Amino acid sequence: MSDRQAMFAETPLGRRKRRTERVAKYFFGFMAMAMVVPLLLIVGYVVVKGWPCLSWEFLTTNPRGGGIRGGIWPALVGTIYLVGLSLCVSAPIGVLAAVYLNEYAKDNWFTRIVNLAVVNLAGVPSIVHGLFGVGAFVYAMHFGKSIISASLTLAIMTLPVIIASTKEALAAVPMSFREACWNVGATRWQTIRRIVLPNSISGILTGVILQVSRAAGETAPVMLTGVTVYKAVSDNGFFLYTLNEQCMSLSMHLYYIATQASGAPPALPYAIAVVLLAVVLLVNATAITFRVVLRSRKKW
Amino acid sequence: MSCAVKKIEVKDLRLSYAHREVLHGVSFDIVPNEIFAVIGPAQSGKTSLLRCLNRTIDFCANAFVSGTVRVDGEDVRELRNVYELRRKVGMVAPLPVGLPLSIYDNVAFAPRCAGISARSELDGLVEKCLRQAALWDEVKDRLDSLGTKLSGGQQQRLTIARALSHAPEVLCLDEFSIAIDPVTTMRIEDVLKELRSQMTIVLVTNLTQQARRLADRTLFLYNGDVIEIGSNDVIFSGHPANRKTYEYVNGIFG
Repeated sequence: MSDRQAMFAETPLGRRKRRTERVAKYFFGFMAMAMVVPLLLIVGYVVVKGWPCLSWEFLTTNPRGGGIRGGIWPALVGTIYLVGLSLCVSAPIGVLAAVYLNEYAKDNWFTRIVNLAVVNLAGVPSIVHGLFGVGAFVYAMHFGKSIISASLTLAIMTLPVIIASTKEALAAVPMSFREACWNVGATRWQTIRRIVLPNSISGILTGVILQVSRAAGETAPVMLTGVTVYKAVSDNGFFLYTLNEQCMSLSMHLYYIATQASGAPPALPYAIAVVLLAVVLLVNATAITFRVVLRSRKKW
Repeated sequence: MSCAVKKIEVKDLRLSYAHREVLHGVSFDIVPNEIFAVIGPAQSGKTSLLRCLNRTIDFCANAFVSGTVRVDGEDVRELRNVYELRRKVGMVAPLPVGLPLSIYDNVAFAPRCAGISARSELDGLVEKCLRQAALWDEVKDRLDSLGTKLSGGQQQRLTIARALSHAPEVLCLDEFSIAIDPVTTMRIEDVLKELRSQMTIVLVTNLTQQARRLADRTLFLYNGDVIEIGSNDVIFSGHPANRKTYEYVNGIFG
């Protein structure tokens, strides 16, 4: 055997390395698969169980008989109201705050306190946000139990996460781009508008939209601040509510039907869960589409 | 001596990052339309020195500057309009940075920031700057493609074109040739020789031969101290005032 062949010959060490490589790949792959399974099981389970109740009418009509018959239209609309309004508040504030923190703020005690507050606010349980909403919006600001109070509470809850994800998206834009801009006499704002924002917008939108789905699923904070179990509304149309009154929401409706109402058909809570899941997944799908479209235009 | 004949006047410039001083009282003058080279080994503060000239040092949070830097007789640290200063003192960074924009927009970026929006004016400017940076012939048919997709050497020339686009009076080049092949380097060196009639050039370089070829005067910076400033005739003569200078430019140390 020549030297050259000896160099590529099989050795115990080489065999061991390749075996480790193979084991690692399949093991990690298995773990990645494992997390898809619960999602499929959950979705499959609720769809099968809720199937008998699902129909177009179920989506588009008012509930009757204390919620145990009829549809869920007001709850669906209520959720859209709550989430939409909270987004109108939290997205601009969150994104602008993150731009300040990441692009303008110097590293001093004030910035550190703000950052610390953001991180800790993100960790506050949602029921505590709900209590805060009751104190701040329902009573102190005299909004009463209303869509406004509930939306603002949701906004406060989603704000820190939006700030964190936006900051991350901004920080992903290489520092060298900013320095190149500053070197030619661009102001910070010109740099942000022409270079930083266009290149981080996909990440920012993804972060914001993921918070939409989180807000849509929350029960505790809205239950305390503006969501009711049943509200008689007119029979059709989208503009069922005014902002200073209470509304229904999918999450609350599900909680109520599943635990409080007697005599509801067994498929009903599952059907509501399917709609709630569909709303969340739809919103997430939008986020993914956004990201794919914007990332295909990514420029470095 | 009046200030009028000094383009840049640096006096006792000290710079520290946190508590580590990297420039220990640097003083020198640069006269208009000269090519002034700064040589010295790594970590001797060459880049930091340049960043003090157009105040991009401001972006280092922990940098502390003392002493004065005057451009056209004005103390740069007392300027209100620092953006004007940066247009006046252009900077080419050592690593090429194509902005994530088209080639055209890369060059038109600075003029647009300065408020020029007429397409005809921009067109002329873009062509002129790309020609000056010896890049026009390679990219004239694809000005709409991305600047970041160019090769490293092309991006470096794009960076130079961008620095020229705001018509600086002083052009600082920080190791502009480390990403470019020798042939292109020579082309850009020729460009610099032409540009000196229009502007003052400050050239930071690790290639002592480049300083020798291009510069009128050379400053040898070593560990944050000026070892010697002199005309190239002296610095590269074989008997400069300081023995260290002789050893450095002849490759005996450093």
